[in-house]
Amino acid sequence: MASHGIRDQVAIVGMGCTNFVENWGASLDDMMIDASNEAYASAGVNKDDVDAYWFGTAQSAMSGIALARALQLQNKPVTRVENYCATGSEALRQASYALAAGAYDLCMVVGAEKVKDTGFQGLNANPIPNDGTARTLTAAAMFSMIVPAYGNKFGVDEDTMRAALSHIAVKNHYNGARNSRAQFRKEITVETVEKAPKMAGTLGLFDCAGVADGSAAAIVCRAEDAHKYTDKPIYVKALSFIAGNGGGLTDPNYDYTTFPEIAACAVDAYAQAGVTNAREQVAMAEVHDCFTPTELLLMEDLQFSARGTAWRDVLDGVFDLDGELPVNPDGGLKSFGHPTGASGLRMMFEAFLQLRGEVPEERKIHSLAEGRKLALTHNLGGYPGEMVSFISLLGAELD
Amino acid sequence: MGVEAARLALRGVDASKHSGPDALLFGTALPAYADKTNATAIHAALRLSSSIPAFDMGASVGSTAGALRLGLSTIGDRLIVMSDMRTGLAGSADEANGGDAAAAFVIGESDAVVAEYIGGASITEEFIDRWRTPGDIRSKVWDDKFSELTYVAAGRQAYKNALEAAGLSADQIDLVAVAAPTARIGSALASKVGAAKVVDDLTATIGCTGAAQPGLVLANALESAEPGQTIALVVLADGADVMILRTTPALAKYTPVRSIAKQLESGAPLAYGRFLSWRGMINVEPPRRPEPARPSGTAAARTTDWKFGFVGSRDSQTGDVFLPPMRVSSDGQRTDQMEDAPMADVQGTIATFTVDRMAYSPSPPIIFAVVDFDGGGRLPIELTDTDLEEVAIGGRVEMTFRRLFTADGIHNYFWKGKLIRG
Repeated sequence: MASHGIRDQVAIVGMGCTNFVENWGASLDDMMIDASNEAYASAGVNKDDVDAYWFGTAQSAMSGIALARALQLQNKPVTRVENYCATGSEALRQASYALAAGAYDLCMVVGAEKVKDTGFQGLNANPIPNDGTARTLTAAAMFSMIVPAYGNKFGVDEDTMRAALSHIAVKNHYNGARNSRAQFRKEITVETVEKAPKMAGTLGLFDCAGVADGSAAAIVCRAEDAHKYTDKPIYVKALSFIAGNGGGLTDPNYDYTTFPEIAACAVDAYAQAGVTNAREQVAMAEVHDCFTPTELLLMEDLQFSARGTAWRDVLDGVFDLDGELPVNPDGGLKSFGHPTGASGLRMMFEAFLQLRGEVPEERKIHSLAEGRKLALTHNLGGYPGEMVSFISLLGAELD
Repeated sequence: MGVEAARLALRGVDASKHSGPDALLFGTALPAYADKTNATAIHAALRLSSSIPAFDMGASVGSTAGALRLGLSTIGDRLIVMSDMRTGLAGSADEANGGDAAAAFVIGESDAVVAEYIGGASITEEFIDRWRTPGDIRSKVWDDKFSELTYVAAGRQAYKNALEAAGLSADQIDLVAVAAPTARIGSALASKVGAAKVVDDLTATIGCTGAAQPGLVLANALESAEPGQTIALVVLADGADVMILRTTPALAKYTPVRSIAKQLESGAPLAYGRFLSWRGMINVEPPRRPEPARPSGTAAARTTDWKFGFVGSRDSQTGDVFLPPMRVSSDGQRTDQMEDAPMADVQGTIATFTVDRMAYSPSPPIIFAVVDFDGGGRLPIELTDTDLEEVAIGGRVEMTFRRLFTADGIHNYFWKGKLIRG
């Protein structure tokens, strides 16, 4: 078994991202067209220059035809990708491998989701016929089970847990308030978080990510071709993916204080990128903050904090925008909402902007200027005990 | 409820002395399905062999007296299950005086028998007392006084005939237990038959439980009887049926798995609004989320042992328990080296828990816990009959067979966890 990675073999040379909003006036096609055109322009290429397409959507469309028809592609291969909430990231992973394999020279990745046409709250998976014994809980409820388990295991009292979770919500909204593409652009207070209606367990409204429509796109090529398209390519350092086998749902040894799939994925990703100390080497991370306790655990699974200590690092501001290792500087799922197929690419878009120094002054992070060089993006899909995990590491310089 | 009562009844039988039933008879006045047999769901939940037949007795209150009489007066080992929910319009006498209950009896011939059938009689009457159009939530009643007179007359005649059949006189009956459409009719008859003692018909605590009532009063009689006593069970439903039993020495050693008194003790108050929503009398605003899709008939048919019987799989090499059952070992190395892991009677401990205020449920909010079963196996599962304040990590849980929801007329039966109190 091996995971060789494709460090420095592939580069992102252009990206586009729509505003993430409840986009009543725009269709899936509209958003894909807008994100794609921005990406073409960003890389200075036109549609015909792109050899092959990967299209990520969880459940807004089926088959590559949805993208080919929207963009009126002319005899292009388009692969539709679905891998839960990591769908957009997974699409980029597949395109990158096609490039590294030499199958194509220039590829495009488009992720999109039209969530708000259902009339329902939250994200809802299309039902697959089953025997009626599968649980029907919301994601909020599944992730809320982390809170008592973590507090119990590490002796963190309820008030301290609450403070750490509230800090994560306030931080991500603070960052989102500084991002014109975010759905929610208002700072919130700890009081707002704590007085919000309860959704599941101890999680209130502001502990949960929003729901939005959106699309993001990337143009990728082999690293040696990158400078044909841009002076500031972003190189892929690692792409790691793990699909969990659901063991946590059946194995009593799983204790809901970690996501083993993500911990394993991180080990693989850091090995691919040559990272030996994530806390000291990673400049920023865009992580899957679907719920505040999710982000808390991710800090440990991604090796940013030692086990049982992330709550303290969170409260100490380590992951704040001006902190040592800013997490979700763009505002995260909390501020953006989560159009499933687009979210992974939206995270890479922020890494792309930060590494190229193209974010507005008020969202700039210090860690890059201080010599750190890597941006991490992370998606998970599923629930504690049964999830997929994606991690990428990106950098502006070849090693 | 029928499944739960049958589980208790079967657990109460000493398996070394008595083999399982050779037929299942189920009676209720409120069947979950028309056309389709209802007894088969109970059969599946009890994991009875497919060669054992399961029959419904018809959707009337009197059906269960019929099942009992048939079982007692014919040869063979029977499992009789009676279950009922009494429904009525808000503010009605049926709503106030009705109760929901189930009872089950194992009938057969062995050393395990706690009461022998020694004779019975029936009087059949066609008259309009109570009636209901199939599908309605309420029964209508003609005239209480007319019903009382008719039932008392039929009951006295049947009682007399039953005594003759058993070769007993009225003063040789130690306990009389009466199941009647109302408490008043029941006590009117009981006071006239001359038995030494009238068994509490539980109408003051549980209410009139319709098709379950004969089982409930008989169980109450058996729980208070001494060995060697005679019990007359009188059922007033479209006539009268009387069955006379004599308790055996085996009764002395018999302890109900969960006595009626104990079950009543563990009850909890229920808000009237919630009761009305459970009854379908008021519609509660559902969450703005998709309602559950109907379960797939074919998928459910493939997993009957899991869905109805709560049987997982146990890795025959490592002992790992999988809920639901899996074919491949947890290390992925071996396929189809599993044995059945029946978990319905296994208790567990809460590893962590939550409450979901957004998910669809006939009884929101959903209280949900990750349950680790004694001896291995884990399942994240909904808890029922549980207040959120009572739930804690380390809490003990037992399994109970429930209806999760109904979609497209298909009742989605599966198991839920329930806190073990005390």
